[in-house]
Amino acid sequence: MEVQGFAYVPLIIGFPLLGLLVNILFGDELSEGGIGFVACTAAAASFVVALLTFLAVQIHPEGFEVSLFTWIRAGDFEVPAALLVDPLSSVMTLVVTGVGTLIHIYAVGYMRGDPRIKRFFVYMNLFLASMLVLVLGNNFVVLFVGWELVGLCSYLLIGFWYEKLANARAAMKAFVVNRIGDAGFILGIFLIWTAFGSVLYADVFPQVEAVNAAMPGVITAITLLLLIGATGKSAQIPLFVWLPDAMAGPTPVSALIHAATMVTAGVYMVARTHALYSLAPTSQLIVGLIGAATALLAATIGVGQFDIKRVLAYSTISQLGFMIAAVGIGAYVAGMFHLVTHAFFKALLFLSAGSVIHGVEHGEHSPSPHSPPLIGEGKGERLDPQDMRNLGGLAGRMRTTFIVYLIGALALAGIFPLSGFWSKDEILAEALQRQPLVFALLLSAAFFTAFYVGRQLMLVFFGRPRTAAAAHAQESGPIMLIPLIVLAVLAFFGGALNLPGVGALESFLEHTLGHEEAAEFNPLLASMALGLAVLGLALAYGVYRTRPITPRDRDPLTDWINGAFTWLNRKWYVDEIYGALFVRPYIWLSGWLANAFDERFIHDFIHDVLLTGTFVRVTRTLAQGVDLGIIDGIANGIARLTQAIGARLRWVQSGYLRNYALSLLLGVVLIVGYLLLRTRIGTP
Amino acid sequence: MNPTDIPIGYYIALSGLLFTLGVLGVLIRRNAIIIFMAVELMLNAANLAFIAFAREQGAVDGQLFVFFVITVAAAEVAVGLALIVAIFRTRRSIDVDEIHMMRG
Repeated sequence: MEVQGFAYVPLIIGFPLLGLLVNILFGDELSEGGIGFVACTAAAASFVVALLTFLAVQIHPEGFEVSLFTWIRAGDFEVPAALLVDPLSSVMTLVVTGVGTLIHIYAVGYMRGDPRIKRFFVYMNLFLASMLVLVLGNNFVVLFVGWELVGLCSYLLIGFWYEKLANARAAMKAFVVNRIGDAGFILGIFLIWTAFGSVLYADVFPQVEAVNAAMPGVITAITLLLLIGATGKSAQIPLFVWLPDAMAGPTPVSALIHAATMVTAGVYMVARTHALYSLAPTSQLIVGLIGAATALLAATIGVGQFDIKRVLAYSTISQLGFMIAAVGIGAYVAGMFHLVTHAFFKALLFLSAGSVIHGVEHGEHSPSPHSPPLIGEGKGERLDPQDMRNLGGLAGRMRTTFIVYLIGALALAGIFPLSGFWSKDEILAEALQRQPLVFALLLSAAFFTAFYVGRQLMLVFFGRPRTAAAAHAQESGPIMLIPLIVLAVLAFFGGALNLPGVGALESFLEHTLGHEEAAEFNPLLASMALGLAVLGLALAYGVYRTRPITPRDRDPLTDWINGAFTWLNRKWYVDEIYGALFVRPYIWLSGWLANAFDERFIHDFIHDVLLTGTFVRVTRTLAQGVDLGIIDGIANGIARLTQAIGARLRWVQSGYLRNYALSLLLGVVLIVGYLLLRTRIGTP
Repeated sequence: MNPTDIPIGYYIALSGLLFTLGVLGVLIRRNAIIIFMAVELMLNAANLAFIAFAREQGAVDGQLFVFFVITVAAAEVAVGLALIVAIFRTRRSIDVDEIHMMRG
């Protein structure tokens, strides 16, 4: 029964849990470094177990289920708390724990001096554990539990610096938007239960053909509902609006949760349920189009942003669009491949951006300590170190950061031979074969990607420093740079995972995702994509080579596309449209319900008039009629009667001795008289 | 005339007369000492009745009773006079009509 090497699988989740428990219980006694050490050790231990498990899966690629206990049992409905280890979950586990560990180490340096560092690492470990529950669960309900837990961690960490209202609002926005997606997801799970009578992957997937024949359309409905969940978590149209605001959280959080792992949960979920999607061509088309459209839309918005993290946020949305489009058109391996490489280079980019922010902050006020509340969308008096207009020329001051950033950026742009080139090319090749419209959208997105990457590189690292802070920026310490270098290596060589013709990842994932005809490596297409990427970078270089000079300069791109730039900068007014369409009517409706319905109807009418009024009337009757009239009447009547009797009897006690003596005498006379008379009458 | 020949009715009548005089004295007079004397009169009326019946019956029980009554009467007078003295000391009067503090 027990397959060699899988016994320790629960420890993958167990270690981060242990880490967070240790930090909760003993964190106050530990030093800042101690807390970070515990959290990093927990993550690293989890990674080691994941690595061992991965090796075991190499030997047993058919996968293995580790049953912990039966969680829910209600009639036919049974949900075990069980872990499924197969190639797909194993790859995800490695990415989550591997990238997670690096980001934990980086965070030790980045969060140094934060007063709530214990809480931060507890949340981070909690996130790791939750994400692993999501990935390792062997059924939809456990998947959903993990899904909600990572959403919670995301909320907690976005609002980590909650002193700033904007951060708290961003956290709330992320939470609410995710709830919309989750509602669709949970309905999908209900429908799966109704259609299949089980929520276990192992029960559902083999039955798909039969259920599809018996209930045509139900698979499409299920997949579309699951898609709503995926659009929420993976920030796709129409629910992508939360992710850019989520950048309010600390940068390691942005890297871990909002770039590398949590947001890919939607991609993982679609890949996991590929058996369902393969039978629902309508859903596949919709998923593919949504992904591709998101990729393009977000890439264009990325062009118009000034916040260094916001650019990366839109880039993440765009790249997630690539993955979703890939799994949508049935290229599951390509989607997973891009997920992995993206985790490497996007985590790298975010962490490097964090290094930039950190360095510029130190440049701004070198002697004073790191003050976290500065990070975020600072629109106040102080210099905003995230605004790229305030940066510039950092290549010389922060050399290591620049090099790793460059690697990440080129990988993102899809430059040969970095990882992004291979994974993006595979998606494009698959798309060309399967869905030309998706292909066209993705190819244009790739061009815009290269352009905003080039623009960001130019604005941040080239030219002259536009503020004193940028001019005095300091390179970050080794604890932050080492994870960056490791990630840079991964981002550089990550493409080796699935090189065309070798396809290591593909043959590994085949056991879970089924064999599919991989698209041929197309040299023409690859050169075209590469050419577009180079063109984008070159255009960006041309536009931003000499300008802007000062932070107040207009973006040079406005010379070329003046009106359109405003649209890009304002994110196509999506937030405004949502505001007008949903948020404001909703607030109006809530206001109306609160005032008219609750206040006037429920409160004033039902409560005050009907309930209180009736109650008051009834009690008044009881009080005045029954209590005062009858009860008090009896009591007072008795009292008055007693009083009256007392008053009558009063004269007897005159206080005069003689009266008493007289009454005594009369009494004696009466009694004696009676006795005498009785004897007289009694005896004839 | 031998006292033994006098029929008992006379004794009882005298005793009743004396008792009535005592009652009237208690009811009518206001001087506490006079009332006391009236009470003594009633006691002695009762004594007379006792003696008369004892003689009539030829038993000494009645006579024995009388001794007790005399003794009790003496004690009663002692206590009563002490009370009267005490009252006089505080109120400067022994008029019983003025002593009606116990009026209800």
